[in-house]
Amino acid sequence: MAKNLLKVSAIKDGTVIDHIPSDKLFQVISILGLDRIKNQITFGANLESSKLGSKAIIKVSNKFFEDDEINKISLIAPNAKLNIIKDYEVIDKKVVEIPKTVYGIVKCFNPKCITNNENIPTKFVVASQEPLELKCHYCEKITGRDEMVIL
Amino acid sequence: MKKKDLISITDYTRNDYLRIMELAAEFEKNPNQNLLEGKVVASLFFEPSTRTRLSFETAISRLGGRIVGFSDSSSSSVTKGETLHDTIRMVSNYVDLIVMRHPIEGSARYASEVSKVPVINAGDGANQHPTQTLLDMYSIIKTQGRLDNLKIYMVGDLKYGRTVHSLIMALSEFEGQEFHFIAPPELAMPREYTQFLKEKNIPCYEYTDFTPEVIADADILYMTRVQKERFSDPIEYEKVKNVYILKNEMLKLTKDSLRILHPLPRVNEICTDVDSNPKAYYFTQALNGMYTREAIIAHTLGLK
Ligand SMILES: [Zn+2]
Repeated sequence: MAKNLLKVSAIKDGTVIDHIPSDKLFQVISILGLDRIKNQITFGANLESSKLGSKAIIKVSNKFFEDDEINKISLIAPNAKLNIIKDYEVIDKKVVEIPKTVYGIVKCFNPKCITNNENIPTKFVVASQEPLELKCHYCEKITGRDEMVIL
Repeated sequence: MKKKDLISITDYTRNDYLRIMELAAEFEKNPNQNLLEGKVVASLFFEPSTRTRLSFETAISRLGGRIVGFSDSSSSSVTKGETLHDTIRMVSNYVDLIVMRHPIEGSARYASEVSKVPVINAGDGANQHPTQTLLDMYSIIKTQGRLDNLKIYMVGDLKYGRTVHSLIMALSEFEGQEFHFIAPPELAMPREYTQFLKEKNIPCYEYTDFTPEVIADADILYMTRVQKERFSDPIEYEKVKNVYILKNEMLKLTKDSLRILHPLPRVNEICTDVDSNPKAYYFTQALNGMYTREAIIAHTLGLK
């Protein structure tokens, strides 16, 4: 652990998001809007992980996420873990949870769905967590993990 | 008060279903009632469906309402590239109720979110067509005297047939049902529905053979069309195309009280020799649609 932490420099106050699949790093950044904020952000990808094989990690200074906000990444990084840092110490740990409703983020896989034909945000009810099944609020079709495309 | 749209059959509760049945019977006795006097209803058919449109527009007329709208989108501003959002926003300023049919799935739900006035879905692509389900239910209660303890046999395209899916959802709100599904393997009832019934402890049975013995015990025989376009392999279609056809001689073992339903239009899945059998109900079923739609409109606007 100490070795990995060294690869991405420590932060004083903020949030460390760990155990992100490496290939999902930039999607996580974009879903959380980290590309649009002024906070100091460091990240690393292709780090060794016994669980994922290869993982990514993001550290955001002076940022503490609301549960609703962070749970958005559960669809693409279900194993993500959060360390909440105050004064270089981990004061809390959190895991992400799949929300009951998913707004935006995911594209409805049904090409005949209104959300793919008119410019409106998608909305899904999570019909099942495992296997992941998102039921479109509009066309009522199920988008599964295999068909899932992130917007 | 929250406006009461009818987009998906599951928007209605058991009480709504029963209320619609009651009102439909009332309108059947007395179809001309001036409940919509002074009101304007938009009938927006973004794709043509003469049967459904005439049924709705007659229902509105019999209620004394006025109709504005279009019967297919080529004659409307939609062809000029106006979004559904803008069309609905504009129309909902003018009218008291919107009835709409649209080829895109989920369009009716979206319209109901944009519209200030209630929206009734008259079909959104392959998704929902709730007024069809309610008229099917009215046909069942009229002929069987009840909506519970029924043996319902569904035949043909059970995979893509949205009418059978909605009917299952609605009838499962009532006790003692038993479902029987007869379809080629390629068009079998999707697992989500058989699973749904299993979770509600409602018995369902699946068959690939369509024989007089299989349907002998039925109260309702719900026929649907097996369409060639649904098959990825044309040889599979050729194999089954004549299997799921109802012939009059197949009805000899069935109960006297059996009634045959079909959402129409029929192609060849019910032989014309069935038409004169008293068990054939599909033409009356279509007429029931008008009373049911009068009931739905009255219920939606809280006029009864
Ligand atoms: Zn959809």
